[in-house]
Amino acid sequence: MTDFTEVPRSIEDVLNARETLTSRREFLQRSGALVVSFGAAGVPGGDLLAAAVQAGGPTPDRIAGPYPDPDYLQLDTWVAIHADNTATFFVGKTDLGQGTGTAFRQMMSDELDIAFEATRVVMGSTDVTPDQGGSGGSDAIQTDGWPMRRVAAEARRILLEMASERFGVPVEGLHAEDAVVSVRSDPSRTATYAELIGDRRFNVTLTGRNVNSVSGVAEVKPVQDLRMVGRSPQRHDIPAKVDGSLEWAVDVRLPGMVHARNVRPPVAGATLRGYDEASVRDLPGFVRVVARGNYLAVVCEREEQAIEAARRLEADWEAPSRAPFPTSDDLYAYMRGATPTSSSDPALVGDPDAALRRAARVIEADYEVPFQGHTALGPAHALADPSDGQMTIYSNDMKSYGMRNGIAEFLDMPRDQVRVVWMEGPQAFGRTAADDAGFEAAFLAKELGRPVRVQWSREEESAWDTKGPAFAIRLRGGLDEGGELIAFDYDARAADYNHVGYNEVETVLISQLMGTRLDTPNQGRAATPSEMYAIPNRRMSTHVVRLPLIWETPLRTGNLRDPNGPQVTFASESFIDELAAAAGADPVAFRLKLLEGSTEDDGGFKRARSIATVRAAAEAYGWDPRPSPKPLDTGRTLTGRGIAYAYRSQTVVAEIAEVEVDRETGRVWVRRLVCAHDCGLVINPEALRRAVECGMLHSLSRALHEEVQFDDEKVLSVDWVTHPSLRHRDTPERIDVVIVNGDPNPERPDLPHYGAGETVCKPLIAAVANAIFDATGVRVRRVPFRPERVLAALQEAGL
Amino acid sequence: MSLVTLRVNGTEHTVDVDPSTRLLYVLRNDLGLRGPRFGCGLGQCGACTVIIDGVATRSCTTLTSRVQGEITTLEGLSPDGDLDPVQLAWIEEQVPQCGFCQNGQIMTAKALLDRNPDPTDEEIRTGMQRALCRCMTYYRVQAAIKRAAATMRQGAPDAEETAR
Repeated sequence: MTDFTEVPRSIEDVLNARETLTSRREFLQRSGALVVSFGAAGVPGGDLLAAAVQAGGPTPDRIAGPYPDPDYLQLDTWVAIHADNTATFFVGKTDLGQGTGTAFRQMMSDELDIAFEATRVVMGSTDVTPDQGGSGGSDAIQTDGWPMRRVAAEARRILLEMASERFGVPVEGLHAEDAVVSVRSDPSRTATYAELIGDRRFNVTLTGRNVNSVSGVAEVKPVQDLRMVGRSPQRHDIPAKVDGSLEWAVDVRLPGMVHARNVRPPVAGATLRGYDEASVRDLPGFVRVVARGNYLAVVCEREEQAIEAARRLEADWEAPSRAPFPTSDDLYAYMRGATPTSSSDPALVGDPDAALRRAARVIEADYEVPFQGHTALGPAHALADPSDGQMTIYSNDMKSYGMRNGIAEFLDMPRDQVRVVWMEGPQAFGRTAADDAGFEAAFLAKELGRPVRVQWSREEESAWDTKGPAFAIRLRGGLDEGGELIAFDYDARAADYNHVGYNEVETVLISQLMGTRLDTPNQGRAATPSEMYAIPNRRMSTHVVRLPLIWETPLRTGNLRDPNGPQVTFASESFIDELAAAAGADPVAFRLKLLEGSTEDDGGFKRARSIATVRAAAEAYGWDPRPSPKPLDTGRTLTGRGIAYAYRSQTVVAEIAEVEVDRETGRVWVRRLVCAHDCGLVINPEALRRAVECGMLHSLSRALHEEVQFDDEKVLSVDWVTHPSLRHRDTPERIDVVIVNGDPNPERPDLPHYGAGETVCKPLIAAVANAIFDATGVRVRRVPFRPERVLAALQEAGL
Repeated sequence: MSLVTLRVNGTEHTVDVDPSTRLLYVLRNDLGLRGPRFGCGLGQCGACTVIIDGVATRSCTTLTSRVQGEITTLEGLSPDGDLDPVQLAWIEEQVPQCGFCQNGQIMTAKALLDRNPDPTDEEIRTGMQRALCRCMTYYRVQAAIKRAAATMRQGAPDAEETAR
């Protein structure tokens, strides 16, 4: 066992070398600090929870309601010990496929002292799990993991107290392991957790101002006592996904249910003047046409009937008098010419204007990133059941709690008569923060008084899902005679006005189509780079612009995996590369110099960890120092490598891409990827590796292929032909993921567990662009790098 | 509506549907199967893939009345609960993220390996090219196919060949 007062070796080296001023002791205290306080026991909870526990989860038995919120201040809300000496954990999170559910079991079983295999976890259903907000912000482990650990530790403490009473032995004289408490002085005296409390309630009240601060009396274990954390048990959700036995949200079938399909406006902003029910009334299985405002849907007995009826329903739409948006070709000119709806106060360091005036060289560049969609593989879907005067929605909504609140308001129902049963679904990544189909199914179910299943078409999903905002970013940088970066001026514009939130009523398309409007739309945001570069003179300005149509628009902006990060980092880390090239410096050395230009650090050692991470990526890749571009290859295939780095919250990543550019077709193939990744304590290294690999490839798809294209009235990229995506042939032949902070034992770190997932999306596009430059000497400044665009750039450069 | 008889996973089923109904909806809504899923309805993504007489087929564009042969769905790969080597490799490699597309990945890979038990990297890339994954699990999918191929050839995984 290592000494756990040490930070990881890679960080330690940096700290020692740099004699950082931050106190390590202070850092360790801060990172491990827990507020513990004592609460009285005995507040009774609902019996629903016990019923749900016995039923083995939230889905099968469809309790009649109402559905009050589980009380997060009750230990029984979180942990149940069963008569067979197993445990169930109840957490208010949703697993989007990165394995957080398995990680929660690892963390909680460690704290409870029960075998991982003897546990299971119930997630994200509003009536049986405490409201932890569902998923978002890659905070499941970083934030929500703490109350989970604390409540599991508290359950262990209570069990030890019960055993103490039973044996007449002080708690200090007891040992808990694998859900059995034994007397240290006489190990033959044992009691299982089941014998102590199996199928009975703890009736222990916790303390905490909110769900994130929930705590009992017990403290969590020091990291060296954790057994499952740092190991890689297989994800528990995978077998059922592989053998076809999993019941997904798309699979739920109820007696008497009907199928609905939406009919969307043919052009954005169109007004529904009427429809001809006779055009579908005689179709087999026809049930009803439902229209409200500009929302139009048709309901049939069978799914294929609803699809056909939606296709055949004749409706009279009136196009808007004014074009709802510029074409995607004209988008950036429009954005640059528009008067911002809001501008941030520039973040200022030094005097960038003066520094630019005295700079030996000034570099300027414009970067452009289009609207990009989620385009989930499975279009939006939900089933709503209005039985017993309640409303139950079976949904893959990542933010099921928000959806419950939003639907209750939308339908004017009491919150406790609405519940969302969370089930697995296609990748969410922010899409279901505006869970259109859930609201639609609930509305239609209430209208019809029958269970209604809604599923969007491919074209509807690709056109009308929420979008990551387009960016136009101007950068200026100044180098002195020695090639030192002395000025950095960042100015970003994002088409992000009326950015939608988290399942509030106005976020969803159905409610917008029915006329819901906010008096003051969300102002949106254009973010700034997240790096630790020490640049003496710097200005960072951001602006938001609006398109003409902001409601009922297919260009509805919302959170797309690491919101704004890929766009911003593409520009900033490409530009750092441009400056390195202008200075004749190696791109890794240029970045390290900027990182090492200050000794100031934050409480999480982010500067030191940035240095360690950039170094680790370069080492794993086998980076040979030299400036970019490299001398041009002579053959048809041009090869190069590029690096980019960023952080998100306390998670730091550096990524290197190695590309092949086909000079005859313009096709870019990323042959190899390296990611050095530091997210603090790692719960499940193998699950982390896969999340990192897939997150990088998602960004690679955005780098090479993805763009929402539109004319001035509708989206044109609506399927997998018109909206290409990464495919098998694009896959790198090698991906290396280097977990910088101890992987996993024996060098187990004592950094807290930070978030993982979204951070890797930030630098990837820039790494690819920098590699293309290294290979070709041509700088691509507009995403995506589709073959025709790269080829045109190569030809323009005379290659 | 009319009666259509289908052989699915070794069992004969007769359903009363409009014969133009796409096979996907019959498998899901009449037979209650969960493996094939709707992704696009256009035959572009592969989420609905089933194997008909050894050929990976997009059930979302297949007319039910035209189906003549034996249909195998994801569930049919392990009829007695014994997982197919492809499914085992998927678990060993921990391939899925959300998993929604994996029916298409697994069924396409199964048909590929039945046709070509020892595919090259290039043959895997080409053979899988039309199976989309939006979580981008391709790297592990390809590793799992190699692992499954090694298992099927040798009866046990060859560590050297499947290591990545």
